[in-house]
Amino acid sequence: MQASRDDFVIAIRSAFLKKENKQKFSLVALIFLTFLILISEKFSLKPVEYLKISLKEVAYRSTFIVSIPENFIKKSYIATKNHFLVYEENKALKERLDFELSKNYNSEYIIEENKRLKSTIEEFENAPSEIIGKVLVDKKSPFLRSIIVNRGSKDGIELGMAVMDKSYLIGKVVDVTFTTSRVLLLSDLNSKVPVDIMPNNIQSILSGSGEHHGVIQYTRQQSLIENEAVAFTSGAGGLFKSGIPIGKIQKDPINLKTTVTFFSDFSQLRYVKMISFTGDTE
Amino acid sequence: MGELNKLSNFRKILEKGPIILLIVSVLNEFDFNYLNLKYFSFNFPFILIYFWSLKRSGSLGYGLIFLSGLFNDIVTGLPIGVSSLAYLLICGFSAYLRNITLRPSAIKDWFFFGFTILVVNSLIYLIISLIFNVELNYYSILVNLLFTFLFYIIFSGLFNYYLKLIFGAHSV
Repeated sequence: MQASRDDFVIAIRSAFLKKENKQKFSLVALIFLTFLILISEKFSLKPVEYLKISLKEVAYRSTFIVSIPENFIKKSYIATKNHFLVYEENKALKERLDFELSKNYNSEYIIEENKRLKSTIEEFENAPSEIIGKVLVDKKSPFLRSIIVNRGSKDGIELGMAVMDKSYLIGKVVDVTFTTSRVLLLSDLNSKVPVDIMPNNIQSILSGSGEHHGVIQYTRQQSLIENEAVAFTSGAGGLFKSGIPIGKIQKDPINLKTTVTFFSDFSQLRYVKMISFTGDTE
Repeated sequence: MGELNKLSNFRKILEKGPIILLIVSVLNEFDFNYLNLKYFSFNFPFILIYFWSLKRSGSLGYGLIFLSGLFNDIVTGLPIGVSSLAYLLICGFSAYLRNITLRPSAIKDWFFFGFTILVVNSLIYLIISLIFNVELNYYSILVNLLFTFLFYIIFSGLFNYYLKLIFGAHSV
């Protein structure tokens, strides 16, 4: 019994403490260093912040280059798939276009009316500053849903800026380096956005699910939410302006869960708009 | 003479194969989201590091593994140091298995790999969720673990073939 325990201890000691042939560092020293980095990361100590900034500058660019072959395969696959679907898609799009055109006249009228009403109540309306960025990395680890964009602090990107694909909200900036920034997508588990659900004007919080949809949480009026209703930003918290479309509501009659299907396809993002709404309205 | 030099240079590049694969895999994070395979994902660096630390520990330096972990954290957006810790612990587990093994067996290696990734991932996600308060989708993690475990046997077959081809039969 004693001998087998000794063997175990010797094997462990040899695995972790002994510096092996052709190895410059011992395993236990590196594990110790990793723990130091983790503790420094937890308390946001300066040396780790500098290490992170320099690693980010190298990693994001290298990732973009290393991903080129895989991105080529991905694009070819999507292009081939789309090619086979083009006929059906064309038919559906024509019908959609007719429908949208009819709606457009109505929305033009509403926009004009909105402007007139805003001027009546003397609300300032500044055009928000808009920065277009290219998606460098869209690696979706199973745990975090984020993208990296080729615009950083040198281009005027700030933490918390809203990120949009066409006119739909897709996330916010959570990390900025000199030349790049990381965008936390709405589908990430850690994303929480206050929303207005129309019709019925129900206030709620949209949380990410870690998958391709969001979940409606913290509302007492679940029963009032209609299927196919639209979720807009509510503007609460002041980070985003109100009325940015996000997605359509899908109610599951079995488990009574209310989910949001995003208008934008997060796996197909190429270029995004980063917008700061601070000081937009007073 | 020139031909010989070219050949030995090519051989040197092939000997660096595991290092190149590790760097590419941590920077690229092969994902197959565009195939719309729901939940499908696996951790290729885990397989690579475990296999090469077990079979030919000199092929991947611990320093390089540590650095590649830092890069992986930067790319995936995890707290810095988490992947390094996972990779180094996997090295430790494989070194332990190498020390206690007299007669190597692929099946034994495979099951010990399963045990290793279970322990290492549990520790890592404990750190991520308790210390860094990051919310995690445990279902995705479990599926990721399962696929990583299942794919080990396939990749170990491929790597064994590569090992025989490049380093000779005595290395296996």
